[in-house]
Amino acid sequence: MQTGSPEETEAVAAELAARLHVGDVVSVSGELGTGKTTFVRGACTALGVVENVTSPTYTIGHRYHGNGAEISHLDLYRFQGMSAAEWGDLEPYFDDAIAFVEWPEAGAGVLPSPRYTVLLRHAGEGRRDVMITEC
Amino acid sequence: MEGPGSRLILGIETSCDETAAALVTEDGELRANVVASQADLHAQFGGVVPEVASRRHLELVGPVMREALDQAGATLDDVDRVAVTQGPGLVGALLVGLAAAKAVAWSRRLPLVPVDHLAGHVASLYLQPDPVEPPFLCLLASGGHTLLIDVHSHTEQTVLGTTRDDAAGEAFDKGARLLGLGYPGGREIDRLAREGDPEAYDFPVARVPGLDFSFSGLKTSLLYATRDLTPDELEERKPDLAASYQRAIVRALVGKVRQANAERVAVVGGVAANSELREALADAALAPLALTTDNAAMIASAARFVEPVPYPGYLGLDAYASR
Repeated sequence: MQTGSPEETEAVAAELAARLHVGDVVSVSGELGTGKTTFVRGACTALGVVENVTSPTYTIGHRYHGNGAEISHLDLYRFQGMSAAEWGDLEPYFDDAIAFVEWPEAGAGVLPSPRYTVLLRHAGEGRRDVMITEC
Repeated sequence: MEGPGSRLILGIETSCDETAAALVTEDGELRANVVASQADLHAQFGGVVPEVASRRHLELVGPVMREALDQAGATLDDVDRVAVTQGPGLVGALLVGLAAAKAVAWSRRLPLVPVDHLAGHVASLYLQPDPVEPPFLCLLASGGHTLLIDVHSHTEQTVLGTTRDDAAGEAFDKGARLLGLGYPGGREIDRLAREGDPEAYDFPVARVPGLDFSFSGLKTSLLYATRDLTPDELEERKPDLAASYQRAIVRALVGKVRQANAERVAVVGGVAANSELREALADAALAPLALTTDNAAMIASAARFVEPVPYPGYLGLDAYASR
């Protein structure tokens, strides 16, 4: 499907959020500026997070409290691959939480399998293609 | 120089990429500041960290503490409390520093001071030789954080605004990547911007209510401005793009600082090194350049104003990921 604004991308994410349970992993892929953090923000808001949901590119992992679920927001932008030691650092973020992973490519084969993959693409000024696949 | 009786605070910081240790006196005099930075590695790998793992902190935390003691010509006998970053940050990384701090404090029967990383950045302003005295408005702008903080006193502060998406430092680094510049991106944009026209492109300053910031839309605007250029055109317009992009980031930061209408302003965090921001906020107090990025001196400095946890009550202290 296609969205025409960040608000619409957030609304699509909110619909997906309603189908998520603790233990689910959602990978969120797409080039710079396609709205990955925007998507995760929409899902988090729908799950009851009240804080600002910000990009974890530098901080790598954020943890939020939702209504009845913990939410992890990870970003592997700065990773090249995923060593055992790095997986050890990230593993706690997947325990008892719904986990969103931006730039998941570096963690391929190491991270838990996603239940949904989200792919965002630039589709002309202000518009985005949003492809959600259930695995 | 103070006499042999002068007591030191040992600070330890491992919340993100840097493994750091420092020694600071009770009066805020910096005696040693050691940062084992991955900056060289970052540069080599174009901003991507070859391994972001607690294991690196584990290898480095002992050596940086020893190096700090050597620099200060001190031993652990001169240390009367240990300060450590408790959060926010990557939990595995924080735990390495916290465990090291507990071990040193426990073995010497010293108190331990858990410090908030963001309060630490503010406390970089409290060090000698030119300590800034509260109250003031503090802009904290780094790769991971962008906050406007009302600092009432050494112990009380209120967050007035934060970024709603990307941090200002992240906007610099991702902008640099879009322009095909090297790493660290902030410094590269700063350098290139001096050769360009800051009014050449009209990049938007996000309209965000209150004192919050937003840099995500700006990043996308730069993407749109660059994606249809041929490599030659991009090369030719790079200085103008860098200058205009930097102007938009600085305008956004300065705009909110002015809107907060504070009598005195201070700037901390890695973005405080940006020359246009420093010029735009010429009256602001600035952290010394060496203390703008993550370091342990700021953690030891903050500990001067935090109630220590007496021996051995801190052994159960846990790290926290978010505030």
